[in-house]
Amino acid sequence: MADERPLIDEELQPEPVIAPGYTFGTVTDQIASVVLTRRTPVFWMACFSAGFALLLLLLWSVALLFAKGVGIWGIKIPVGWGFAITNFVWWIGIGHAGTLISAILLLLNQQWRNSINRFAEAMTLFAVACAGMFPLLHMGRPWLFYWMFPYPNTMGVQPQFRSPLVWDVFAVSTYATVSFLFWFVGLMPDLATLRDRATNRWARGVYGMLAMGWRNSVRHWHHYETASLLLAGLATPLVLSVHTVVSFDFTIAIVPGWHSTFFPPYFVAGAIYSGFAMVLVLAIPLRAVYGLEGLITEKHLDNSAKVMLATGLIVGYSYMLETFTAWYSGNVYESAALWNRMTGPYAGAYWFLITCNVVAPQFLWFKRVRGKPILLFLASLVVLVGMWLERFVIIVTSLAQDYLPSSWRIFTPTRWDWATYLGTIGLFLFLFFLFIRLLPMISIFEVRTLLPQAKIEEEGQA
Amino acid sequence: MRVRSVRPPIYGVMAEFNNPTALVNAAREARARGYRRLDAYTPFPIEELAEVLHLPKSKLPLIVLIGGILGGLTGYLMQYYVTVIYFPINIGGRPLHSWPMYIVITFELTILFAAISAVLGLLGLCGLPMPYHPVFNVPRFARASRSRFFLCIQATDPLFDRKATEDFLESLEPREVAEVAH
Repeated sequence: MADERPLIDEELQPEPVIAPGYTFGTVTDQIASVVLTRRTPVFWMACFSAGFALLLLLLWSVALLFAKGVGIWGIKIPVGWGFAITNFVWWIGIGHAGTLISAILLLLNQQWRNSINRFAEAMTLFAVACAGMFPLLHMGRPWLFYWMFPYPNTMGVQPQFRSPLVWDVFAVSTYATVSFLFWFVGLMPDLATLRDRATNRWARGVYGMLAMGWRNSVRHWHHYETASLLLAGLATPLVLSVHTVVSFDFTIAIVPGWHSTFFPPYFVAGAIYSGFAMVLVLAIPLRAVYGLEGLITEKHLDNSAKVMLATGLIVGYSYMLETFTAWYSGNVYESAALWNRMTGPYAGAYWFLITCNVVAPQFLWFKRVRGKPILLFLASLVVLVGMWLERFVIIVTSLAQDYLPSSWRIFTPTRWDWATYLGTIGLFLFLFFLFIRLLPMISIFEVRTLLPQAKIEEEGQA
Repeated sequence: MRVRSVRPPIYGVMAEFNNPTALVNAAREARARGYRRLDAYTPFPIEELAEVLHLPKSKLPLIVLIGGILGGLTGYLMQYYVTVIYFPINIGGRPLHSWPMYIVITFELTILFAAISAVLGLLGLCGLPMPYHPVFNVPRFARASRSRFFLCIQATDPLFDRKATEDFLESLEPREVAEVAH
């Protein structure tokens, strides 16, 4: 080790991830000032109002759903899943990038994550909230949702633990709980910062209660660091399992086009792909409006774009493999299902999704595209649309045309399908912008550790 | 040694430093002088401090392990009880104890219980929630969550002497030394 060439050490020095010139104080002030100010930017007002308006649309459509039942949607046998499950899979996939950034990148010691993990985790929470609504609303009698849990009841019946739909209940509820805990633990030191910096009595009281008496003691930090690592270690297999279990909802069924062993990795890659797209869609306007370019730098955008490109290529590979398997298996139903997807009534959706998910991300190979936030923003929107279409095509085409041509039926969404979907986008925006206004969107204490002055200089020690 | 039965007149003496290196050096110096009831307050985690102050290893991993094992057992036994004893359904003579089908929920509950015990364990080991603590009586202590680094020697330390300890802390060239009222 001693005769290692110094050249190698120099090359291994990580390049700084945040702009030079920050101090512990200025980092704290800049991030906390977004929350602890009376002034609310017009951008925030606009986004929040849009979110609130769409949230009202959601309440309207859900009220109608409760009154009239799932018949207000376009779902009819054989297409029983339609938009609701498409949206469920899409939203939960978006959530996955947040956990990936906060947990997997923490374990891999990728320090650049420190300035985007907080809002990515918040994104996860709100995306899971949107996702979780759909299976419930889709149940027909949503107010009986607790029947899915095993509890002693007078009916004397219990859930079927051999069904992937019951696995989903456990996977998604565990995911929501663990994401919340991870996010809250991450917030505790920053809540203490807000408590100490708030001048308003009321704000100080609320942040103080949430911080629970956190006092930045070395004894706290000692347990805290262990807790973050352990939670990251638990969240990592969890996030991979959640979309795997979601894909089991499909693969365990014998429907052609669903019954396939490569769905779990394919779904997980797609989830991370769409999740990073959402991270970019949120981060690019936020950093511009709040002047956070020094903390969420070009490097963060570049890295996220690279993750998007890599997972996009995995998704593209999965499409190829899906087609290859359908042909190579020699199974007439599999190949007919694939052929119907490509040339049948949903061919437009299929080819549009291929364009969005496979062709569009190829531009991310170029550094010039990755260096332009506006282009990245547009590319991410394209990916989000593409991934939604992918879920739609998988679910609807396979159900609409399965084994028996006499039972085929085309699915057409009604306006309430669209209203519910747009409504959850509203719920997401509403919750996300409340979070931006009320809690620090960047983890303050983790950014402090990134500063060069956070290093302990050991020279001159006795 | 037990805490003295007579409550000392103050909680301790606190010194404020500008940067993490000064704090780590000060903590090391205080340990070398024989002070044992020390605490340091920093705006971000500093690994070296835990070493310097000889903090025992965190018990949290053990708590999480126990939580995880309990979660796994709960998941498996719950499914076993429901599918084999409470609500058996015979489908074409397939075995009731179909353990491969139990894996997913067993796994999910393992993670769930482990994560919940990690958070409760963290709060328990840190003694949170704590509505009141004397260190907040020092007005400048609010900066511990922003940009300053504090070292506190508690009055319960056997070597503690109001004057001598304050002089010792002054000798470490802090920005300021303050007494912490109860």
